[in-house]
Amino acid sequence: MAVVASETPFHVLAVDDSLPDRKLIERLLKTSSFQVTTVDSGSKALQFLGIHDDDASTVSVHAHQLDVAVNLIITDYCMPGMTGYDLLKKIKESSSLRDIPVVIMSSENIPSRINRCLEEGADEFFLKPVQLSDMSKLKPHILKSRCREHYEQEQQHQQSDSNSNDCSSPTNMSSSSDSSRKRKAEDNEEILPQKNRPRHS
Amino acid sequence: MRNLRLNSDSRRAARGDRAGALIRTGRILSRLGYLDEQFCQVEDLQDEASPNFAEEVATLFFKDSARLISNVEQALEKYPKDFNRWDAYMQQLKGSCSSIGASRMKSECMSFRDYCGQGNVEGCMRSFHKVKREHGALRQKLEAYFQLLRQAGPAGAATRPGM
Repeated sequence: MAVVASETPFHVLAVDDSLPDRKLIERLLKTSSFQVTTVDSGSKALQFLGIHDDDASTVSVHAHQLDVAVNLIITDYCMPGMTGYDLLKKIKESSSLRDIPVVIMSSENIPSRINRCLEEGADEFFLKPVQLSDMSKLKPHILKSRCREHYEQEQQHQQSDSNSNDCSSPTNMSSSSDSSRKRKAEDNEEILPQKNRPRHS
Repeated sequence: MRNLRLNSDSRRAARGDRAGALIRTGRILSRLGYLDEQFCQVEDLQDEASPNFAEEVATLFFKDSARLISNVEQALEKYPKDFNRWDAYMQQLKGSCSSIGASRMKSECMSFRDYCGQGNVEGCMRSFHKVKREHGALRQKLEAYFQLLRQAGPAGAATRPGM
């Protein structure tokens, strides 16, 4: 598997209901060499990520997801309708999205709020106004989650590789190799990157 | 009096001392506390690809904040003594001020929220009036500032005041 040292920029989805704030975060991200998509609500974010509000727990595949890989989500906390915290929960409940790092932004410095978000799985909390220096904190989270994903896929590769050794000799047509082959096929389905998971570029 | 100073600055700018005029305007705005360090951060995000970024953000801010002010205004009328609601609306406005570095306006927003916490209707009304006044004053000053920047052209942009 190729080492992921790509020149393709990482893609960040930014969620904020305030238009000037969206413009600011977009500029901050672009200045820091990220590719950016901005949306103005949690539900639009979920739409973009390809899951519906009501069935976030099921893995669902949408055609456009094949083109869209999101490497990190940064969201405002205080938004009408779905708050950043609600969005965070939906993302963590989704088997397809839960590995995407999530950063929460808020103009209010409320420790209980910050802790609640971190406990729910947010990777970072930024106090608004967000600074250019905050942007350097994003890449480590993206790389960490990719390493984890890479490691998991490697583990599954190794498992299926050890199975295929049994099947390699064509004369070895015992029932054990049949079941290994079957298992290998199942493993392949698992290790094939799920279409709605962020892909390596 | 301050307006006069701006005018003499503008005249000097017309004579070619545009960079000087900008620096003076910028210092006026920050010395008077209208804008804080955050505004500098916003300006620092400008480059050749986005030369008018600060002005674009400011424009969006004034549009957004006008709407948020109107939300507060309506809430004060329609929901008497609903301090939680008033506070929630003002929190949004305060956040917006934070993002652009509108420090005087932001501190009036904070006063309003303090009065909400105290359940002080009179205090809320007074500070809301001040919020609106600061909003208008900032808009006026920033418009003058950006106009000067435009007049100065690329030379002016290069010697942008370090506020």
